[in-house]
Amino acid sequence: MSKAKSKVTVAIHKLTSCSGCQLAFLNQGKALLSLLEIVEFKHFIEAGVYEPDAKVDLAFIEGSVSTPEDLKRLQEVRNNAKLLVSIGACATSGGVQALRNLADGDVWKRGVYPHPEFIATLDTSTPVAEHVKIDFELWGCPITVQQIRHFVQQLTLGTLPQPEMEKLCMECKRQQNVCVVVTRQAPCLGPVTRTGCGALCPEFGKACYGCFGASEQPNARSLANRFSGLGLVSEEVAQRFAAIHSHEPAFKAQVEHWQGLSVREIE
Amino acid sequence: MTTKARKINLKVPFVTRLEGEGALELTTKGNDIDKLHLKIFEPPRLFESFLQGKSYKDVPDLSARICGICPMAYQLTSIQAMETLFGVQLPEHIIRLRRLMNLGEWLQSHALHIHFLAAPDIYGFDSALQMAGEYPEFLQRGMLIQEAGNSLMTLLGGRSVHPVGLQVGGFTKLPNAEKWLHCLTLVEHALPAAKQLVKWSSELELPDYSHDFLCVSLKGEKAFPINSGDIQISNGLVITPAQYPEHFKEHQTRHSTAFYSLLDGHDYLVGPLARMNNSFHLLHEDVKQVAKEYGLKFPNQNMHTSIQARALECFSALHESLGILQQGLPEGEANVAYDIKAGECHFCTEAPRGLIYHYYDLDDEGKVLKCSIIPPTSQNQARIEKDLHFSVKQFGLDKSDKELKYFCERIIRNYDPCISCSTHFLDFKRIQK
Ligand code: SF4
Ligand code: SF4
Repeated sequence: MSKAKSKVTVAIHKLTSCSGCQLAFLNQGKALLSLLEIVEFKHFIEAGVYEPDAKVDLAFIEGSVSTPEDLKRLQEVRNNAKLLVSIGACATSGGVQALRNLADGDVWKRGVYPHPEFIATLDTSTPVAEHVKIDFELWGCPITVQQIRHFVQQLTLGTLPQPEMEKLCMECKRQQNVCVVVTRQAPCLGPVTRTGCGALCPEFGKACYGCFGASEQPNARSLANRFSGLGLVSEEVAQRFAAIHSHEPAFKAQVEHWQGLSVREIE
Repeated sequence: MTTKARKINLKVPFVTRLEGEGALELTTKGNDIDKLHLKIFEPPRLFESFLQGKSYKDVPDLSARICGICPMAYQLTSIQAMETLFGVQLPEHIIRLRRLMNLGEWLQSHALHIHFLAAPDIYGFDSALQMAGEYPEFLQRGMLIQEAGNSLMTLLGGRSVHPVGLQVGGFTKLPNAEKWLHCLTLVEHALPAAKQLVKWSSELELPDYSHDFLCVSLKGEKAFPINSGDIQISNGLVITPAQYPEHFKEHQTRHSTAFYSLLDGHDYLVGPLARMNNSFHLLHEDVKQVAKEYGLKFPNQNMHTSIQARALECFSALHESLGILQQGLPEGEANVAYDIKAGECHFCTEAPRGLIYHYYDLDDEGKVLKCSIIPPTSQNQARIEKDLHFSVKQFGLDKSDKELKYFCERIIRNYDPCISCSTHFLDFKRIQK
């Protein structure tokens, strides 16, 4: 059993999320069995391993900070991990539940729960990097099996991967997809969205809704103007950016700008 | 004689999507249960609030994020609700393809549950990862089935978690022949594995704590129901999805952030066993034959046979998928045109873990004014507590804490309330007064 000692110890933690990102580990098929030869999971609830306070070489964290408990746990996870990697939209930008940040969270809570006083939540849903130091981020909603594999491979070579921040459009062109903005006037977020999904939506003839988050140097305002040129009213332009990554600064700026215009239009 | 009261604090660290974290609190007085609460702490994500004001077109991509394990069920239920409102008539091939994708979701979810979550119990391990060394073939069989399921979802939706291909009116695009064949191969390979799985499940020594409870599922006409139809209850009642709110009422309690749902004041079961109990007769003859061969009997009132219901659903799903795939790639439009209408709509489908209900009220531009989404777990919550109440007493309160803890865990796991519910209780405190 001396060989086991040299395995990388790994924990997978979850805050507020749908658990979809953790599935990237369990959806690997047989590759999971070979992964087990190099890593040892110390904490991974989806797979039934429970030891939340274990000290580990590497911790992955899924989910956003949306409750006092999340915050407490995040700090513990940080303290127990040499390397901390956030996975998925929830952890990297607050996720879909960060839509509450745009509204009065308390009003919403009262809308859903007849007894909101039983529910302990924060008014906002925020990315983990707003609270603790993060060593690496894997973006996506959900992240992919390939992202995990690549990350672990690089790590075994003793280095962190280069962050993938290229625009989705590039990937889409390489795959020789037909551009949905040009051919269908679809309000596609590809020009400002991070690559990584394989340009799935355009491949399926659909506008990208930005689930991998903002790319490097996103010219979101100019794209939003284009959407407006395609005939979207201000409210609709705002909604394009108010989806999975509404708390991400480049997207948030567009939500606020076009929401403001929309309010003025109504007045 | 003093009455001994002991407080057993069983904490389940289950942490996922809707279900968050949970704990079981069991307080006993002498030979009676004083208090039994399954606590669920779900970090509220307030979906029903932030869907308000969204376009009906954006709803499927957002509602998918409720759950990473059954995203399609959330997408499709919302889409089909809107299709009933808009009066969309789908061509047969689109209905068939949606069914194929649904079967894929059942497969991946059931395979995950059986192999990663339930099996360690049976083999006496703490987790599936520890089993990898000793039972690699068992896990590989699970992965084969899981992969077949994922491939079907990917075929029609681009990926298995939060797929992108579904829309009101059909699909954004029909699959290509190459991927179709790839799925056919995977499904062909997985089918004998699923038959083995049914056999395996039939050989398990399952506890029996049978007792009466109501089963709720969709009502099938000709085929085993999955994504359309009325709601049938094992007491004979049949209602339309629009009548759901008249009969099913949710309430909140202090100890849980998940809602409790009751049917005319009663707890009830949704999920694989409820489906098998209500619709076994609708399974394909070949599937019934396999059930017979291995001595599986439905309907029954033993919750521990849920694992057999799941295994049989895996076989049935693969059997049906194979049939659909062998018919060849359908030709025709990927979707049909429709007009937006204002109004209210209701729809139910069968997610892997049971019935999902969606309600929307849309304005004349198709924006959401109001909505309501009831996932399977809040429907099963009251039932789980009732089951624990009954079974724990039968089992005997005089058992050791360790035995009780293990016993309760297994009962909860039968419901697969959410993926991580199947993990083991952590803190085990015993307070004796
Ligand atoms: S990022 Fe998306 S897939 Fe990942 S946990 Fe959050 S909602 Fe789920
Ligand atoms: S195209 Fe955009 S929305 Fe679609 S999967 Fe890729 S990043 Fe996500």
